[in-house]
Amino acid sequence: MRRRGYGFYLQLAFTLLVCAFLIVPVGMSIVAGITVNYVQGITSGLTFHWIAEVWNLYAETIFRSMLIALSCLVVTLLIGVPTAYVLGKRPGPVARMIEEFLVLPVAIPGLAIALALIITYGGFREFRTSWPFILVGHVLYTLPFMVRAVLAVLTTMDFRTLEEGAASLGASFWQRFFGVILPNVRPGIVAGSLMAVTLSIGEFNLTWMLHTPTTMTLPVGLADSYASMRLEIGSAYTLVFFVMIIPLLIALQLYGTPRGRPRRRVQEEATPAIAAAARRATGAAGSQ
Amino acid sequence: MTRPGSGTTIRLVDCAKTFPNGVKAVERLSIEIRGGETIVFLGPSGCGKTTLLRLIAGLESPDPGGRVFFDEEDVTSLPIEKRNVGMVFQTYALFPNMNVEENIAYGLKVHRMPWADRERRVEEMLEMMQIAELRDRRITQLSGGQRQRVALARAIAVQPRVLLLDEPLTALDALLRERLRIEIDILLHRLGITSAYVTHDQAEAMAIGDRVAIMNAGAIVQIGTPREIYFKPATAFVADFIGTMNRLRGIVREGFLELPGGRIPWDRGGSGEIEVLFRPGDARLAGDDGATLKGRIGASVFLGDRTRLYVKGVGVEELVVETTERRVFEEGEEVGLTLAPEVLVTLGE
Repeated sequence: MRRRGYGFYLQLAFTLLVCAFLIVPVGMSIVAGITVNYVQGITSGLTFHWIAEVWNLYAETIFRSMLIALSCLVVTLLIGVPTAYVLGKRPGPVARMIEEFLVLPVAIPGLAIALALIITYGGFREFRTSWPFILVGHVLYTLPFMVRAVLAVLTTMDFRTLEEGAASLGASFWQRFFGVILPNVRPGIVAGSLMAVTLSIGEFNLTWMLHTPTTMTLPVGLADSYASMRLEIGSAYTLVFFVMIIPLLIALQLYGTPRGRPRRRVQEEATPAIAAAARRATGAAGSQ
Repeated sequence: MTRPGSGTTIRLVDCAKTFPNGVKAVERLSIEIRGGETIVFLGPSGCGKTTLLRLIAGLESPDPGGRVFFDEEDVTSLPIEKRNVGMVFQTYALFPNMNVEENIAYGLKVHRMPWADRERRVEEMLEMMQIAELRDRRITQLSGGQRQRVALARAIAVQPRVLLLDEPLTALDALLRERLRIEIDILLHRLGITSAYVTHDQAEAMAIGDRVAIMNAGAIVQIGTPREIYFKPATAFVADFIGTMNRLRGIVREGFLELPGGRIPWDRGGSGEIEVLFRPGDARLAGDDGATLKGRIGASVFLGDRTRLYVKGVGVEELVVETTERRVFEEGEEVGLTLAPEVLVTLGE
């Protein structure tokens, strides 16, 4: 008994074809990175030599990229979370406008932003040739993702009433912020953080303009190796990049997307009159 | 039921509240809530009742000139976290990042109560609200009624000077609402705590309030015991808001009140044309000879325990009369009504 017509298999074949079209180059690249001689093909044997070579040539860019990504995370957390809180607390036309402005760097080409940064701050030589100069660009680019992720969670949870509840129990502003607000926006903070780190590590547009020979990052180094090294080294470098970025992407999928919280329906339990218990509590209240 | 002498007296003096956008939510008013008393602010939505509660709580501050006192202490400039008020919200405002036990302990932790005392107090609260078996549950695993019990426990745990409840039962279904209403009533009076309760449900207000303050358009229209409010409404607004009220226009003449369908003895003064009101349940159906008023049935609705009749031809508007008689009423049927003079209400009496 055949339940599936040829239409199904046609669609399946098409889907597999598209997947192959996208995935095969990735596989090829990885294979190229561990092949002794790519021109001869895989028959020439497999080796970790190219990866070692990449490590010799570009280890610095890898560590720099990690440093910038983590610094970018710290800065976007410090600026982004309070910004989201304030925007959520005082909604209105002004808040809307600030939010829109924050998103601008995502829409404007990275090259243009980089150029603007260079024109404005390029004169400060020490700053221009240091990695924090790149960090500024990355923060500009990733900040809206943090703000939006946190704001999205804030707006769904009626945090103003939560805060009022905490305040009525005697909690000061800081106690409320750290004890109630932050723990409850954690999903937004996690999503925003993963976004910030992932985007920062892979950022090329801005960085290509902002970097100097001494402040090369991983993606810029990748472009450099493609342009001036053997194909096998470029491919091995890609492999290193995958190893760094894929765990982050998986984490983003796991924690970044809003999930339905498990919700158990609970039968309202019949409670007898609470008079007796209340009497005991009266004694307790009176004893104070 | 109130324990005299216990509980904090709340006084609002010349308090008004105008919002930055110019909306005047509360007109200038003064009110004293006695120690241990439960007062209910009742009114339609937008009447300013919640704003008034928030003024007491310290979540809003009154316009210049207004003062709020807890006993003799002027708390006007104190923010909510320094006023030691317990608050219960319509949306519960429980912390989703904590379980039931942690929610109840939160206020105690903030007040730096030693661990052992805290444990004991939480235990007491869990037991009092009959939610001990829920202690480890997450908030999302609780039903609405359970959440409101936790919210009450959390608010009471810190032994607040006053307890403020903002439509605590509105989000619950009718049956549960009625049961929790009774529980809260018992609880508030046993604790002897001064409480202010905001609702738009008049049945809830009647059941819970020692006194009920009816609000409209930012002002308190009438304040009194549920009975006073129900039987002696000060204005037409109060009369209409607290259940159905029939209106009759009549003329006082020679010891009788002459109504369109008949006349009844009258010794309550007044002269010329006056307006009298009565509740649907206060009119009695009578045979032709005993009746003081006569009308015709416009429609009848069987409600189970009673039948509601809409009677035409007596007043200007249809009268609503409720009877426990078990017979079937036909549309267009002639009915006689008797009204005892004492059930008639004149406004502003």
